[in-house]
Amino acid sequence: MTHIGLPHFLTISAILFALGIFGIVTKRNAVMLLMGIELVLNAANINFVAFSRYNVLGVPLSDSRMMVGQMASIFVIVLAACEAAVALAIVLNIYKRFNTINVDEVDNLRD
Amino acid sequence: MDIRLTLSLVILVLPLFGFAVQLILGKMKTPADYVVDPHENPAHDHGHHANTADAHTADHTQPAADAPHDAIGTVTHDIHTAHSDHHYDFVVTKQRGEWTPADQKRAYSLSWISTAIMGICLALALFVAYKTISDPGDATKPNYYPKVQASTTWMDFKDLSTSSIKQSYTVTLGILADNMAAIMLVVVTLISFLVHLFSSEYMREPSMHGGRFNRFYAFLGLFTFSMLGIVIANNLLMIYIFWELVGLSSYLLIGFWYERPAPQYANKKAFIVNRVGDIGMFTGIMILYTQLGTLELTKVFDMLAAGHIPFGSNPWLTAAGILLFCGAIGKSAQFPLNVWLPDAMEGPTPVSALIHAATMVAAGVYLTARIFPLLTGDAMLFVAAIGAATAIIAASIALVQTDLKKVLAFSTVSQLGYMVLALGVGAFSAGIFHLVTHAMFKACLFLGSGSVIHQMHHSLHHLHDHDRDPQDMRNMGGLRKKMPVTYLTMLIATLAISGIPLFSGYMSKDEILAGAWAFRNISPTFIANAVWIIGYTVAGMTAFYMFRMIFLTFWGEPKASDIYEHIHENPRVMVAPLIVLAILSLWIPFGANPLNPGGGWFLSTWVKTPINVTPAAVQPFAGMAHEVPHEAAPEAKPEGGKAEAMAPFQETIEHEVHHLHSTGIPGVASLPALLSLLVAGSGILLAFLLFGRAGAKGQQVSWEAPRGIRAFLFNRWYQDNLYEKIFPVGLTLLLMKMLAWFDQNVIDGIVNGVGSSTVLLARVTAGFDTYVVDGLVNLLGGTAQFLGLVMRQIQTGRIQTYVVYVILGVVVLFFAFR
Repeated sequence: MTHIGLPHFLTISAILFALGIFGIVTKRNAVMLLMGIELVLNAANINFVAFSRYNVLGVPLSDSRMMVGQMASIFVIVLAACEAAVALAIVLNIYKRFNTINVDEVDNLRD
Repeated sequence: MDIRLTLSLVILVLPLFGFAVQLILGKMKTPADYVVDPHENPAHDHGHHANTADAHTADHTQPAADAPHDAIGTVTHDIHTAHSDHHYDFVVTKQRGEWTPADQKRAYSLSWISTAIMGICLALALFVAYKTISDPGDATKPNYYPKVQASTTWMDFKDLSTSSIKQSYTVTLGILADNMAAIMLVVVTLISFLVHLFSSEYMREPSMHGGRFNRFYAFLGLFTFSMLGIVIANNLLMIYIFWELVGLSSYLLIGFWYERPAPQYANKKAFIVNRVGDIGMFTGIMILYTQLGTLELTKVFDMLAAGHIPFGSNPWLTAAGILLFCGAIGKSAQFPLNVWLPDAMEGPTPVSALIHAATMVAAGVYLTARIFPLLTGDAMLFVAAIGAATAIIAASIALVQTDLKKVLAFSTVSQLGYMVLALGVGAFSAGIFHLVTHAMFKACLFLGSGSVIHQMHHSLHHLHDHDRDPQDMRNMGGLRKKMPVTYLTMLIATLAISGIPLFSGYMSKDEILAGAWAFRNISPTFIANAVWIIGYTVAGMTAFYMFRMIFLTFWGEPKASDIYEHIHENPRVMVAPLIVLAILSLWIPFGANPLNPGGGWFLSTWVKTPINVTPAAVQPFAGMAHEVPHEAAPEAKPEGGKAEAMAPFQETIEHEVHHLHSTGIPGVASLPALLSLLVAGSGILLAFLLFGRAGAKGQQVSWEAPRGIRAFLFNRWYQDNLYEKIFPVGLTLLLMKMLAWFDQNVIDGIVNGVGSSTVLLARVTAGFDTYVVDGLVNLLGGTAQFLGLVMRQIQTGRIQTYVVYVILGVVVLFFAFR
């Protein structure tokens, strides 16, 4: 039975990031995109927390150093909430204007 | 400064003052005041000649037969007082000016200032001449030195001595006084004074002076000033300056009646022909100046005598002499530039007397005398040949002329040829002597002809006759009864010019012929023989044509009795100059013994042949082995032993002349004189037989065109026609054609080439612009467009794509910076 260490956290984070990216890339629904973004952000949060516990070599850090990463992740969560609120407001406006939230169809700036 | 030089300057400046007075104070009518009908021509313009013999004047005029005789303006009718029925209108045909009797009176009084000035000049000149001739001079100097001279340096180019002779170049101005100059001063002022006097009557009518009476006197003053400048100048530069002034004055005076076409033509001709000679003179001056660095005559002669020859070569010296003589060829109307003088008779007759008999044409002879010491043997031979050619050509033309003034004109040319011939054969003093005597009797003849013509004008005008020519001898005849003083004075002058004893011409002409004979004896070359024979031939011809003129004009029956009716003797102011000049044409002013010219004071003491300064090898008679009589050597000799080598030639000629004078009947007439008398006598006899005796065939009026040899002579050997063919028509036309060709092919070619090359260049530039500059710009744009097209494919507008790019970018960055 191996000890749970930094690589595990990073692996989970990477998987979560990849899923988030996959979601962003593949989904056309704007809400689904936001959800992908949330996944990416949370992957980052996991990294923050993980690196607040371990240094790059996997050696556990002292307690006093742990708070920095955790505070950063809480900050990201707050920002993510704000972002979700703003983004949903934008999506709502897009829907009102284009009558769809399919981002493929909202490409007026392209031409 | 010496009193003679001071007075010479005064004499020089006074006529200029007169010129200024007449110009400033004289009332001038501007040409705008006069309306001259261009279709109306003066009657004495040869317009009625039935042939084209007088082509040069006739071409410019048309018969004035249809001209209304009352064409004269109203003014002339008003102003006539004494001569109210004698006004004549051959000059200004329509006069509408405001020329009032008051103007006339004022102008007439003002003209006396100029006349008085000339009188003062004459008196001063006589004093200067007396002082100069009585001065024995400095015997230690070479005899080409004047008695006294003064110079001032005008310009000094010290650092320009780059020629072979290392010395400075200076330009000096100066005047001199020697016997020749002093005599010429008297001659010029005397003739000028008498002409002023004569003109006061001759030019008096408004129709004569055209409102320019004072301008006429101004021009006379300017001319006298210029001529006096030549006389007293002691350097070639001043001679050249005054030379050109003489040319200008003669231009103004010949063209005084510029309303008429013939004077316009004549003064241009005189001016241009003179310029041809002046080019040669200028070249000669420049040869001397570049090589010797000075133009002062005595310095030039000193340097030549010291062996500083131009370019160190004798031919250059000869060329310099001949080129300087070219100026004389132009001014003295020598062959081949003799064509201008007869045409110059278009000027008023007093002008002819002043500038074309006595003074201006004398300038050429005077110049030749001034530069005499530097003439080499070849140059002198050239001078003699030119003189002889001129004398014979002009004399032969004079034989058949019908115009009174033309006879005198050609006679003048012929006599000038004599003088030049005399200088050429080394008979220096004889040439100058003839210059002086000729000035007297020719001025007398011209003024006499003026007197006749004046009366002819009056008479023709009285008859309202605009058709007949007042100068044509075929309208005259028998005038001696009507004009006895004119006849007698002209007869005396004619006897003088013909070389009859007791008259001045005999003395000078005999001396010239003796000189030519001596020249021929010393060097019996072909040219010398020709010169000698021509000299005697011309003597006979002169006697013939002069007496022909006398017979046709004054003898026989009047050929036009209606004209004859109205002829009178002229007023005293006109005949007085004639009498003075006739007296001066006698032997007495020039020597005590009329039969022995060599013993006269003119030749024995006044004018001495200057020594020749050219190298001994090129002096006259250099190659002739001739015994030099040492006892005849002149006293004045340059220092050193060079004198022996320098002076033989004039001793040779003087000795030979002396020898010739002792032949024949000693003390009465020498062989040359006897022969000359014989020739002149036969000339007169022939003239008498043909024209003089009662019922002579020559007295019959003949208006037919001359034929054969007479036509040849009458038309001046077709010299004018030839020149016209060669120069204006031939040469100028050829030149014009060449220039036209040049213009069309070279200039236009260059212009067109420039144009074409500009077009070509423009095309190249346009191509560059289109393909290179625009290409670059388009390339830039195209590239940007292409890039835009490419990049546009990336900008899908889909968030997913951008996210993929971001991811890929991060991956790339990750691997790049790993």
